[in-house]
Amino acid sequence: MTETKSSFAPLTAYSPRKKAQSFVQKDSVVIEGVDISGQWNKMFDAREITSYDLTHMDKLTAIPGAESMGWCYQCAQCIPACPVDNAGGDYGPRKIFRRLQTGVDIFNHSDMWLCTSCQNCVRVCPKEVDMVQIMPAARAAAVLEGNVPDELVEMFQNVSEYGNPMGQSARKRVKWTRGAGVDIRILPKDAQPVDVLWFVGDYYAYHDRGNDAAQAMARVFSRLEIDFGILGADERCDGDSQRIAGEPGLFEELARHNIEQFEKYEFAKIVASGPHAYNAIKNEYPKFNGGSGFPIEHYTQFLSQHLDRLTPLLTRPFAKKVTFHDPCYLGRHNGEYDAPRKLLQAVPGIEFGEMFRCKQQGYCCGGGGGGMWLDGFAAEHQTERLSENRVKEAIQVGAEVLAVCCPYEVSRFEDAVKSTDNDGKLEVLDIIEILDQCME
Amino acid sequence: MKLVVLLKRLPDLVEDLEVDDSGKALDTEFLKFTLNEFDDYALEEALLLKEATDGELTVIALDGEDVDKMLYTALAKGADKALKIENAGEASGNRGLAGIFAKVVSSLPHDLVLTGVQSAEDIDGQLAPMVAAILDEPCVEVVTQVATADGGVSIHKEYSGGVVAEFEIDTPAVVGIQASRQAPRYAPVSKVRQIQESTTLETVAGSAADTSVFTVVQMTPPETGGGAQMLGNIGELIKVLESKGVI
Repeated sequence: MTETKSSFAPLTAYSPRKKAQSFVQKDSVVIEGVDISGQWNKMFDAREITSYDLTHMDKLTAIPGAESMGWCYQCAQCIPACPVDNAGGDYGPRKIFRRLQTGVDIFNHSDMWLCTSCQNCVRVCPKEVDMVQIMPAARAAAVLEGNVPDELVEMFQNVSEYGNPMGQSARKRVKWTRGAGVDIRILPKDAQPVDVLWFVGDYYAYHDRGNDAAQAMARVFSRLEIDFGILGADERCDGDSQRIAGEPGLFEELARHNIEQFEKYEFAKIVASGPHAYNAIKNEYPKFNGGSGFPIEHYTQFLSQHLDRLTPLLTRPFAKKVTFHDPCYLGRHNGEYDAPRKLLQAVPGIEFGEMFRCKQQGYCCGGGGGGMWLDGFAAEHQTERLSENRVKEAIQVGAEVLAVCCPYEVSRFEDAVKSTDNDGKLEVLDIIEILDQCME
Repeated sequence: MKLVVLLKRLPDLVEDLEVDDSGKALDTEFLKFTLNEFDDYALEEALLLKEATDGELTVIALDGEDVDKMLYTALAKGADKALKIENAGEASGNRGLAGIFAKVVSSLPHDLVLTGVQSAEDIDGQLAPMVAAILDEPCVEVVTQVATADGGVSIHKEYSGGVVAEFEIDTPAVVGIQASRQAPRYAPVSKVRQIQESTTLETVAGSAADTSVFTVVQMTPPETGGGAQMLGNIGELIKVLESKGVI
């Protein structure tokens, strides 16, 4: 049997892009006495798909880390998993691939910036198209070309100049400690060895609502008699979201700075307030200190190991209906679903219930991968914020309190409660705030 | 087109400004320095102009804390050459600074000198006109767009009330930039570092201006006012207006 030669190239980025030979159209065609002359022979031309410009697809898949974009075979399992598509963003790896296939220049397109790196698509993708690898690599190329949304530029500049996305003075990083009501050791001023080096993070240190959580954490640590210290003004942004938003150079600078600070002190482990800092220090920082890294735990992991001492201290009932939002970078990225739930279950009087989308299938708040600073940009390309989508779900399951354990989320969800006209219907609290409230 | 941009670093207002023990200067212990915002616009406008005319762009700054990073960043954004003026002594006010800048600029072939229209320490925007006067070149201030036109340069100058006038000026000339046509571009950290490793900043000896300068006698923070009263609702506002006899 001879091999049949198709004139149509297969529908992948790596197809040989030769144009099918056109048939020659006759001026006049009469078949069985019927004149069918016309432009009909055009249908024998190559299908339109093969004549699209694949320059941008090739450019993207040539970037180390972004190769897997080309593996998509359009099964579309990622689309219902994509939180951005869920929020009316017309988004997801399948759609991005398809647009690239039709010649769209992603380097000058909103598709480059809407991904929150929540990893939910990676979970369902049979072809292992990995947006968590693709996006940072592709964005770094876009940033080098100067194609960055203004909102991100402002954040990059702030982090680069001041070490935090708010553009605040480094000296003001410890201002929150004054309201904690307990002693907090600032290591640069008192370098005695400690058990726990607490990596406070930008939002706990500078954001008003973050301050509440930071102060609650200091009080809980203090009640548990944990020997802890903080880096104070010497701490800088963990850099993880900057890395995923396309600034690997800035990330490296921040990582090296923080590592240098860690190396100055003696401590048994680092405890991070935020899942993004936890992810960076656990998975990325080892690349910059000879692969050895530092022992690191998220605060929910750390405290859940001290439940024997913590539970007796939780004496004041918290009789409310509570649901919990899994942070993408604690859950899907690092596999921790139990620690926050263990803490919530230790709360006296609590009525705990899950949302529909939880644990491995948890919905993203929209703050990851640079989304924290792309609110205006995202609003132009989605019908709602991801955080709005999420608070509606929390209300739908009958929750009175949405418990969180990522410093990005309190402000995001509180805003979303207001912007969806649900003011007063849902309280947003960091788990540490709930624990603190339960202590007399 | 040969372009020169004058960059000035300023105390970053992210830190509270304090007067030092002498009572005549800022306490610089915790001060951070940053590029004057308007100079950043001047640099962006110059970069756009350089790209449009295939020109050559030199940035100049006085030596000092954080200046190297500022100059490397300008190079990473696309400037061709960075000049650091050394040993100029303390520039006393913008008159002194204009003298130092003008001396360096006069030795450089240039068609256009761009700088920020004003800065936190030059609110009345005197730097550009003073540099122009010393160089004996025309000057336009409050410029929002610079473009080349028929061998000359066309300039948009902003007036109050949103009125914009278009000028054509002979070169060489000095312009004070109010805003660039687009937001200042971002220089990725990796690019700045790459420039830093592969480039050496050029230095030029500066000399203080031979003109009259001023001496600081005393520096004090501004007096604080009475503060604002925050009203909770419209009822409170009505009460206040009634008590003042307005309604």
